[in-house]
Amino acid sequence: MTDSPVVAVHGEVENPALLHHFAEPQQQRDAASLGMWVFLGTEIMFFGGLFCAYLIYRRWYFGDWGAASKTLDVTLGATNTAVLICSSLTVVLAVWAAKTARRKLLIGSLLLTLVLGFVFLGIKGIEYKEKFENHHVPGPSFQFNNVKIPGHPDQYANPSHAEIYFALYFIMTGLHALHMIIGIGIFIWLTTKAWEGRFTPDYNTPVEIGGLYWHFVDIIWIYLFPLLYLIDRHP
Amino acid sequence: MSMASASIQMVERENYLNKHYGVGSWLFTTDHKRIALLYLISITFFFFIGGFFALLIRLELLTPAGDLVQADTYNKLFTMHGMVMIFFFLIPSIPAVLGNFLVPMMIGAKDLAFPRINLLSWYLYIIGGVMMLHCMLTGGVDTGWTFYVPFSTAFSNTKVVEAGLAIFVTGFSSILTGLNFVVTIHRMRAPGMTWSRLPLFIWAHYATSIIQLLGTPVIAITIVLVAAERALHLGIFDPKLGGDPLLFQHLFWFYSHPAVYIMILPAMGVESEIIACYSRKRIFGYSFVAFSSIAIAVFGFLVWAHHMFVAGISVYSALVFSLLSYLVAIPSAVKVFNWTATMYKGSIHYDAPMLYAFGFIGLFTMGGLTGLFLAALGIDVHVTDTYFVIAHFHYIMVGGAVMGYLGGMHFWWPKISGRLYPEGWAKLAALIVFIGFNLTFFPQFILGYVGMPRRYYQYPPEFQVLNVLSTAGATILGVGYLLPMVYFLWSMRYGKPAPDNPWNAAGLEWRTASPPPTFNFDEEPVVTWEAYNYDELKSMPVNEEAPVDR
Repeated sequence: MTDSPVVAVHGEVENPALLHHFAEPQQQRDAASLGMWVFLGTEIMFFGGLFCAYLIYRRWYFGDWGAASKTLDVTLGATNTAVLICSSLTVVLAVWAAKTARRKLLIGSLLLTLVLGFVFLGIKGIEYKEKFENHHVPGPSFQFNNVKIPGHPDQYANPSHAEIYFALYFIMTGLHALHMIIGIGIFIWLTTKAWEGRFTPDYNTPVEIGGLYWHFVDIIWIYLFPLLYLIDRHP
Repeated sequence: MSMASASIQMVERENYLNKHYGVGSWLFTTDHKRIALLYLISITFFFFIGGFFALLIRLELLTPAGDLVQADTYNKLFTMHGMVMIFFFLIPSIPAVLGNFLVPMMIGAKDLAFPRINLLSWYLYIIGGVMMLHCMLTGGVDTGWTFYVPFSTAFSNTKVVEAGLAIFVTGFSSILTGLNFVVTIHRMRAPGMTWSRLPLFIWAHYATSIIQLLGTPVIAITIVLVAAERALHLGIFDPKLGGDPLLFQHLFWFYSHPAVYIMILPAMGVESEIIACYSRKRIFGYSFVAFSSIAIAVFGFLVWAHHMFVAGISVYSALVFSLLSYLVAIPSAVKVFNWTATMYKGSIHYDAPMLYAFGFIGLFTMGGLTGLFLAALGIDVHVTDTYFVIAHFHYIMVGGAVMGYLGGMHFWWPKISGRLYPEGWAKLAALIVFIGFNLTFFPQFILGYVGMPRRYYQYPPEFQVLNVLSTAGATILGVGYLLPMVYFLWSMRYGKPAPDNPWNAAGLEWRTASPPPTFNFDEEPVVTWEAYNYDELKSMPVNEEAPVDR
């Protein structure tokens, strides 16, 4: 709020979306937007602990982690990266459509975002399945014997150290996937509201802050992809 | 000021307490004042559970032999005392009760920015609390509240995961409270309420919220890792499998050291309000006190490894962390000096909240100075894991945070309940708490210095005298804590109705009814004055109801 006295300037305009404790719609928008940004700050710290652990063990167990990383399917990972980047585009389109009252484009973009989200999760599921089949899931059945360290044909990777890689791989991508699922939930809700015609150029904050969240989850993946898939790709 | 002399109407005005009745109107409320009361009831419940564990600990330590409980039981007692008191009482105490009630009122807002998220945070707290109770009733935990690996992941056969998840859930309640405060302070201030006019209580809560927002997610992810490691036998923290137990300690203390400032900063905010009011003076060095809160929040994130000086960290990082830990003393001392300077030549009134404030200053200074002992590399090695550490952090958390909480509860009780508490009893309770506290914890400084380690259920006979003193003090302290609960409850029915501004205080929250209407102010306030403008209130008595005793 500014310093100027804001004594119900918009009092004469009935706005059902304006909650009682806000003086005007702009204040409500600003609050919601700041709230989401602050929340994303906490999310950075949440993932930050994992990135910290990653960096330490990557430095300690350089070769073992290279060997472990090589078992991931880089094509599937790259495809998923492309899928998410495209979904960010559709989110931006949705926000623009909501602000410019293009209802069909809004619903179409939201649906397309949902489809891309499901594609991402589907591909992730295929990758997880492959890991289960190859006993690369940490735990009692984990196996990583006789795997050579890339660039050192005479050395074998230490299974325990590779297991830490896979533990972090599953926790990081698992938490990311959980965020994707929550994001899909939010976008299903946004789609139904858009279908009802709730979003107008005057009221579209949910689309905007839902979009912020979606972009954030994309960005996490943009970091996860090179760290997990691309660390040792020379032949 | 006309507000000060506002007459007490015989017919109760409509306010947040009597507007709606029934359980549903409380459980589904989005009114920040009602949520504050929900928190008040819940944290009081957990305070007495944690206190019960403390009592059992002190009873066991009455004699050198381990005779009251088994060693395993004792391990669980101090673990659950720590977990309950830290995560379920101290961290939510001032922010979730007084902060929830006062932040919107002090800045002239109708509510917090996200009232439903505020209610959600209380439900998360309750879910976490129920999980913790279930965990305690079905066996408990014995790792110490610090969850150190590899004991917690590979050896302890108690309910580590369940307790961890309880703290995980409660952590999100803390995050949501912090998020609400930050957004509210940025976006919901009344016209004219500029940053430099904010009460220092608000600055303190802003700094606290930053820590809650940036620290709590780190302990959350650490708990996830511990739970996963324990459930799936991973090796992330297990040295046998190539993991790094020190990484756990780094992640744990990255939250848990700043968490101390989550407890103490709001209490400092309370002190600034009380001391200005009962000295009838503008706070000395407003901007220094305000920014020292921010400085404590920032420095607080840079000192965590001083908990690990004996854990095998490199000597260079120990040096750096030692130096940074000394740095925290600067903004802390700024506050203490400025409070003292505020009192200098003020017209000091010795009412109960001020007695708590005096207690706070003394005990916090003791706790802070012994903190410097612990930041010094050489002395820390000598006293690590002894009762010296226990005494030090209880001076901060109990002597500081709890004194601040109690002082604040008295100061704002008329606003919260619409009733005055009995001043004589309140002074007596403040005195009992102060005496009981010092008798409990001062002997522990000596015990620790001469070598009694923490977390043992028996000790050599030569330590008995000091331990008996400590246990005796704990009993007195217990009485001191029960008293306010009794007379607060009593005053809700029999206390004198409180005027809108019983202390002639300067804050915005005193310019509305006691108890306030649901939307806090009948008209949106427009602020045209600086904080703590006590100059015009100077000649007014601080407490019209109290008998003249000075």
